[in-house]
Amino acid sequence: MYETKYHRASTVSDAAAMLKNADDGKLLSGGQTLIPTMKQRLAAPSDLIDLRHIDEISGITKQADGSIRIGAATCHADVAGNADVRAALPGLADLAGHIGDPHVRHMGTLGGSIANNDPAADYPAALLALGATIETNKREFTAKDFFTGMFETALDEDEIVTAVVFPAASHTAYVKFPNPASRYAMAGVFVAKTGSGARVAVTGAGQNGVFRMPDMEKALDGNWSADAVASMAPAVDDMLSDMHGTAAYRANLVTVMAKRAVAAAA
Amino acid sequence: MAAEGIGARVLRKEDKRFITGNGRYTDDMTMPRMGYAAFVRSTHAHARIKSINTDEAMKMPGVDAVLNGHQLVADGIGNIICGWMIHSKDGSPMNMGAYRALESETVRFVGQAIAVVVADTLQQARDAAEAVIVDYEELPTVVDSLDALKDGAPQLHPEAAGNLIYDWEIGEEAATNEAFANAAHITQMDLDNNRLVPNPMEPRSALAHFDPSEEHYTLYTTSQNPHVARLVLSAFYNVAPENKLRVVAPDVGGGFGSKIFIYPEEIACLWATKRVGRPVKWTSDRTEAFLTDAHGRDHHTTAELALDANNKITGFRVKTVANLGAYMSLFSSSVPTYLYATLLSGQYNIPNIYANVKAVYTNTAPVDAYRGAGRPEATYVVERMMETAAKEVGMAPAEFRRLNFVREFPHQTPVIMAYDAGDYEASLDQAMNAIDYNGFAQRRAQSEAAGKLRGIGMSCYIEACGIAPSQAVGSLGAGVGLWESAEVRVNAVGTIEVLTGSHSHGQGHETTFAQLVSDRLGLPTDSISIVHGDTDKVQMGMGTYGSRSGAVGMSAISKALDKVEAKAKKIAAHLMEASEGDITIENGELKVAGTDKKLSFTEVSLAAYTAHNLPEGMEPGLKEGAFYDPTNFTFPAGCYICEVEVDPDTGVVSIENFVAADDFGTIINPMIVEGQVHGGLVQGIGQAMLEHTQYDEDGQLLTASYMDYAMPRADNVPSFKLETTVTECPGNPLGMKGCGEAGAIGSPPAVINAITDALGIRDMTMPASPNRVWQLIQDNGMKQAAE
Ligand SMILES: Cc1cc2nc3c(=O)[nH]c(=O)nc-3n(C[C@H](O)[C@H](O)[C@H](O)COP(=O)(O)OP(=O)(O)OC[C@H]3O[C@@H](n4cnc5c(N)ncnc54)[C@H](O)[C@@H]3O)c2cc1C
Repeated sequence: MYETKYHRASTVSDAAAMLKNADDGKLLSGGQTLIPTMKQRLAAPSDLIDLRHIDEISGITKQADGSIRIGAATCHADVAGNADVRAALPGLADLAGHIGDPHVRHMGTLGGSIANNDPAADYPAALLALGATIETNKREFTAKDFFTGMFETALDEDEIVTAVVFPAASHTAYVKFPNPASRYAMAGVFVAKTGSGARVAVTGAGQNGVFRMPDMEKALDGNWSADAVASMAPAVDDMLSDMHGTAAYRANLVTVMAKRAVAAAA
Repeated sequence: MAAEGIGARVLRKEDKRFITGNGRYTDDMTMPRMGYAAFVRSTHAHARIKSINTDEAMKMPGVDAVLNGHQLVADGIGNIICGWMIHSKDGSPMNMGAYRALESETVRFVGQAIAVVVADTLQQARDAAEAVIVDYEELPTVVDSLDALKDGAPQLHPEAAGNLIYDWEIGEEAATNEAFANAAHITQMDLDNNRLVPNPMEPRSALAHFDPSEEHYTLYTTSQNPHVARLVLSAFYNVAPENKLRVVAPDVGGGFGSKIFIYPEEIACLWATKRVGRPVKWTSDRTEAFLTDAHGRDHHTTAELALDANNKITGFRVKTVANLGAYMSLFSSSVPTYLYATLLSGQYNIPNIYANVKAVYTNTAPVDAYRGAGRPEATYVVERMMETAAKEVGMAPAEFRRLNFVREFPHQTPVIMAYDAGDYEASLDQAMNAIDYNGFAQRRAQSEAAGKLRGIGMSCYIEACGIAPSQAVGSLGAGVGLWESAEVRVNAVGTIEVLTGSHSHGQGHETTFAQLVSDRLGLPTDSISIVHGDTDKVQMGMGTYGSRSGAVGMSAISKALDKVEAKAKKIAAHLMEASEGDITIENGELKVAGTDKKLSFTEVSLAAYTAHNLPEGMEPGLKEGAFYDPTNFTFPAGCYICEVEVDPDTGVVSIENFVAADDFGTIINPMIVEGQVHGGLVQGIGQAMLEHTQYDEDGQLLTASYMDYAMPRADNVPSFKLETTVTECPGNPLGMKGCGEAGAIGSPPAVINAITDALGIRDMTMPASPNRVWQLIQDNGMKQAAE
């Protein structure tokens, strides 16, 4: 790790000001991605602005319309264990409860995960499937507009994610196939029955990050069953291929995980 | 059995300090004025170094020195050696390229050390190491051993034409060919043994200190054999004569072979500490461990088995190409030869064996001994061949093995080894019962009903431990003797210190060695301390590897105990006015048989040291040493059976049942032995299903972190069912064979035999990753559909 200066922000505007004043500052949330990167000397921010002690962006509330609002600095374990999330969006709670290991889940945060947008991260699938809204200190995004590619988001350099609002859904489930080494998703499929119909979003498998499966959604609208999606797969050419899995294998995994997710959400 | 004696499940004495975080590892140590070392490492797998520019680095804050190989060579530091001479079949000695601790002319693998920076802090050292500018002229690379042998392949060392280190053979070629000419059936397979990274929990570390007033060096380091390290550092690297060099291997967090060897970094720290005039510490980070710890395995093999009309094996012919990486590490040459091909007879009566091994240089990290060292590779070849041959001739795998088992002992194989004792069928029966082999068909039907594939596979392994008779290994090219030494030091109050040349880095010696003493003298293990890992304390020793610490290390302790007991008995007889022959030792007391006369061990010890009343002419004190040189290898053997279920949708293999039935001879502490077997099995299953070291064609290590190198975790393995039989080893006083490597040796073929059985295919390469298994199912399904 290179030398860096640590700052603890107590409000969002405080954090924004600290970031602005820094030479080459970076926001720090759970540090589960950023700190390992710094330890490997692949990132060298001059300043770290810690967001985890900002009350206004932490915590989970169930809102009047049934949606769930989760502060950006909320750790995965808190999402997994929250009674409202478990009741309203069990698929989301389950997703958060299977990120990394207990250490990662108690440090890593929702905001950090989506700002980083690792193509194998779990949360992006839930946001896209549920049609979540991402709130920042400047504006709001739909999930579709937010995730723009591998490790790419629509965030400005100095923009801070403050919360994510997940609309209610009657059925949710997330099933992932873990990479044997890293245990990140090689294919993670989030399915949801929402007010605007069936939604299927896939992480880990695509070359451009998280994506939806419109064919599967249409099929599920007519028949919410594993069989309905059993013969559908994404185009092999759009899939990632690496030493852990070929594109064809990942395309197959998307089908299998989708079937299992639908069955789990029955 | 004494309460804490041989056979008791004594809790590990050392665990208190490990569990409470009070272990003392090399990196925990600091010294006044200590500086930190960071290495400049090659980013290319093969390149000529045009220049090394250290100007910027030297100017950086806190930097004491930036040293490179030119200075190292100028200071007379010797090249890194390989301690086992192998001769090719034409009689010529192996072709060894020069290996310098810091390379300044041609680098040959990514991560090779080029220069070392010493600075006040670790960060400063790393910053400065990054500022060293190395100008490279890239050279073509080769990473696979078969490619390295091809005409026109990039050449690594001028000393080794065609990248060939040796072309070695064992066994009778003509007789073996004859067996094949007359065979009723021949089974032939190409078998690869995948390259592994050892991954001990504690990375390597070295803390070197030079005392100019005494011209004396101290090296704290992560070593499995501190005396061997001192010997090599003195005799070959010219760091200092042995009496001026103390090597301490304190608590060491796992080695698996990788900490046998003396690496460039330890040499560089010792050399640098004198040059900079301050203690120097280096601790590997995980990336450095992946890049530079000696890797294991990496064989390409073609094997053929000849059977007669009755399915008896008549011949075995094996050709192996072993990848030794870019340089020859300390014992690298012995691994694919005498530790490998000598085990190719397996548990079977095979009249004719011929093996040819070519060892090859490639632009990859050096390869050397890793848990099992050669024996896992041999077992994989033998047991995959046995399974396949059985199926080809339509015999049940167990029956084919039974038909060919060695049943009479001693048994001389055609490949040097003389098996001393064993009962292979007993292990096979025990394992088949434990896994309910007969119930498998029904379990398979249940899996099939649930849309899953189920398979079962076995592996009847034998290995050679307790290395080794010094004269024998000397005649085969070893540069050292492989005895062990011990000293039993009885204190005046009857407590005991045992000084041993074995080194514990996870094996639990502080417990098991104390159990041996407790068993003999009837003293509580609490009053017995085991001292190891320090060349200033322990007389001499060859260290711990090859499952030798029980069979060889404890035999030395046993011999020293014989002498202590004899002297104690003489003193007791004298004090109690009895005849020496009537004295027995029991429960910490020396008794006169048939009377109620007795003295406590403490009273006798005290008498030895007060020396007020000793037998005429006897020296005071009670302290005895012994060196034990084994008479033969020991031959642990057993049968492992693995039962898997495969999810055809994803290719995921889950191990449903795994039985290990081992014969380790005498067992000192069953709990510790079970721990050793569990660990070995997990490493073997890791090799079979998860672990795979991959370089790209430019020689960059693709699997250089846990993001890409799949280590086995608890949820990858089942709850193991362990069984043991005991045939005592006749070769050593305790009847022990050794248990440290068996799990890693026996398990990979059992796993692959089970998976290929489930898939209904003849062969597959390790590791059985989900993608690979799924692909095999696709290919197979298409084949079936086409038929
Ligand atoms: C061993 C291990 C296993 C893991 N396994 C998984 C897994 O299975 N699935 C999975 O999804 N993830 C996994 N992760 C990643 C984990 O979920 C991280 O927590 C997450 O990717 C980043 O969140 P963080 O809070 O730690 O962010 P940090 O590491 O602190 O930051 C990540 C990036 O986001 C930026 N950032 C942080 N917060 C904000 C914000 N509020 N607004 C704008 N930018 C911000 C930072 O500047 C940085 O660039 C794993 C991590 C580890 C170490």
